[in-house]
Amino acid sequence: MNEVPAGTRSVIVEREIPFAPERIWRALTQPHLIAEWLMKNDFKPVVDHRFDMSAEWGGVACRVRTVEPNRTLSYTWDTKDLESVVTWTLTPTNAGTRLRMEQVGFRTDQEPYYRGATVGWKRYLATLEEVLSRLD
Amino acid sequence: MATTHDMIFRTLADPTRRAIFERLCRQGEQTVGALTAQAGVSQPAVSKHLGVLKEAGLVRDRHEGRQTHYSAQVKALAPLVDWTRDMAGFWESRFDDLEVLLKRMDQ
Repeated sequence: MNEVPAGTRSVIVEREIPFAPERIWRALTQPHLIAEWLMKNDFKPVVDHRFDMSAEWGGVACRVRTVEPNRTLSYTWDTKDLESVVTWTLTPTNAGTRLRMEQVGFRTDQEPYYRGATVGWKRYLATLEEVLSRLD
Repeated sequence: MATTHDMIFRTLADPTRRAIFERLCRQGEQTVGALTAQAGVSQPAVSKHLGVLKEAGLVRDRHEGRQTHYSAQVKALAPLVDWTRDMAGFWESRFDDLEVLLKRMDQ
């Protein structure tokens, strides 16, 4: 993991995809297509547009920061426990496109972030967390 | 690592075992005898649960005379609360779905 300031975390996922940037851009920016691979949303490719993503496990509040068609898309990605920014970068290659997603986040408090836990475990972990918080 | 998650989840899935672990978190180090008094199961059963917790790294034992003292290893829970890894897993699976979508999209 890269060195990042205390309290800040970064997640990078990068893949070589055998399609042109234009096609990927559509999947990243058209609400009905976004809904097919990410979450339901009311996205618009307009800087400062606020939109919501929603899934069974909860919602994400977003605001568009950067739109450079077929090149870069960036939006804030805030949940109850996390403030973060998601940035998509599309770079054309011989075989298609290198697609990179970087999420840089800040924990908004001292509470552990439980996103990856399955729903049933979330409740249990919350209880456990309460126990742990009383330890100090 | 999924395997670490699985082990911790499996270990804590048993309510009696979970209660023992939570008691150690709340009350600090305890002997098997003290834990048995509150557990509502036999001492061999408590010892067996403690063995499973120890194997998962969730408790540590300390021998003193004829007594064995157990304490919670809260740090063992860290894998569950590492959002960096959780988010990476989330995005990897989103990328999978994105690729599936791209294949069937019209040009």
